[in-house]
Amino acid sequence: MVSFMEINSGDTAWVLVSAALVLLMTPGVALFYGGMVRAKSVLNMMMMSFGAMATISVAWVLWGYSEAFGQSWHGLVGNPFQHFGLSDLLSAKSVVGTIPTMAFVAFQAVFAIITVALISGAIADRAKYSTWLVFTVVWATIVYFPVAHWVFAFDGYAADKGGWIANSLKTIDFAGGTAVHINAGAAGLVLALILGKRIGFAKDPMRPHNMTLVMLGAALLWFGWFGFNAGSALGANNTAAVTWVNTMAATGAACIGWLATERIRNGHGTSLGAASGIVAGLVAITPACSAVTPVGAVAIGLLAGVLCALAVGLKFRFGFDDSLDVVGVHLVGGLVGTIAIGFFASASAPAAVDGLFYGGGVDQLWRQVVGAGAVLLYSFVVTGVIGLALHKTLGFRIDRDGEVAGIDLDQHAETSYDLGSLGGGGFSHAGAALFGSHSTASASSAATSTKQGASS
Amino acid sequence: MRLVTAIIKPFKLDEVKQALEAFGITGMTVSEASGYGRQRGHSEVYRGAEYTVDFVPKVRVEVVVDDVDAPDVVSVILKAAQTGRIGDGKIWTVPVEDVARVRTGEHGLDAL
Repeated sequence: MVSFMEINSGDTAWVLVSAALVLLMTPGVALFYGGMVRAKSVLNMMMMSFGAMATISVAWVLWGYSEAFGQSWHGLVGNPFQHFGLSDLLSAKSVVGTIPTMAFVAFQAVFAIITVALISGAIADRAKYSTWLVFTVVWATIVYFPVAHWVFAFDGYAADKGGWIANSLKTIDFAGGTAVHINAGAAGLVLALILGKRIGFAKDPMRPHNMTLVMLGAALLWFGWFGFNAGSALGANNTAAVTWVNTMAATGAACIGWLATERIRNGHGTSLGAASGIVAGLVAITPACSAVTPVGAVAIGLLAGVLCALAVGLKFRFGFDDSLDVVGVHLVGGLVGTIAIGFFASASAPAAVDGLFYGGGVDQLWRQVVGAGAVLLYSFVVTGVIGLALHKTLGFRIDRDGEVAGIDLDQHAETSYDLGSLGGGGFSHAGAALFGSHSTASASSAATSTKQGASS
Repeated sequence: MRLVTAIIKPFKLDEVKQALEAFGITGMTVSEASGYGRQRGHSEVYRGAEYTVDFVPKVRVEVVVDDVDAPDVVSVILKAAQTGRIGDGKIWTVPVEDVARVRTGEHGLDAL
């Protein structure tokens, strides 16, 4: 776009592969969250992630990319009409940096998808699915796309003028500690407050129904996160390699930090603690991976593991049902990582800035705090407005009976696990209703018995 | 005839089965069960939140035997299932009026 740079095939290959890695993280979130809920809610939990993949994919190509990376309006938002539908970006001459613009479009698309999917963990077991789908599009349009513009749109890259946090405030947020994790965490907190507690919260046992799914989800997240962080170098280069190693080191340290906290507090290191520590570490190193040394990454990881392990207890103290700890892991982890850059940044890392502990004073620290605070505040307030508006109009919560019976059955008419053979009932297929059938009477009686079989 | 029902620890099932076979019992019905007695449940911790799980996994073994064999069968199961620790389970017997074998239509002791 900006100049006639050569397309570098190595850079392009790495960014396209990274985009695919990051897309895999969203099913990873689905498994991570799905294993943590009760058996009667697992399909809905997964469908919230898959739904975000569907809606944001479409919104992104229509106006999302343009809103995030089009020509800036006062550093606040890109022009959503400039690249509407992307048809002006298909030429081989359309280049950003050293990669085709469409490779950048692909890579940034999957960030938008996973950010929306992350929010769903805060409102597990009780959100009306149609309203959730509407929310994904409205929230992405009013919250994520502008915030991504603030943080990720650098002047002279995809457009001449980019966002205010990246270019004026100069907060270091390499891969999305603010735009992705603080943003999703603050939104999750607001939605949890608007929808209210699940029936039986903090009274009934709500054990994770399948810890092996949780572990598989954590593994896919860790794997995909190398695309998330190292891919954010937007090239197959030294920055990608440094961020890759930092991502590994911080994650391992956070896992240790969470397990140690549990061992001291509860007597056992748990598999859920290990999985949660892994995600907390990945979250915290996301903004910082280009700015710290591997030793700094270990320190940030340990800090995130311990602090997030303590933070997940806040919901019981303050009585909000952030069901799967989007606040405790993503908001707190994102804040830890973003602010820690002010202390641990080292000029020997690619970002080339010294933090407080490396003799750089407080200059970078205040930029980090203001950047994190701005995204937190914007997301909290605007998500509140969107959430309340949808709650008052479409309704954001399913009714009591549906929640008790299980949201899978209530919202999707499905059951996740058919382990017994005693289903009973009959069969009818959609075509019978659509095209008419030989015997209307038998078709309708079959439909009735299917319903009975499902609810028994 | 009597129905002997034993609620035992799941990992004791193989020993109980072998002991019953050695005694000469030719069939049994086994099902998974959950429950608690004096042992109560156990606690599990997820992200620092402690949950008490009241219903502990158990296995239910059911055998129908001749009246005269019932006390021996109970003691065979008792011996095989015992660990001496809390939560070993319970065994009880009840009278059975009739048994029919589905394949042949035989009744009573012939159907066992």
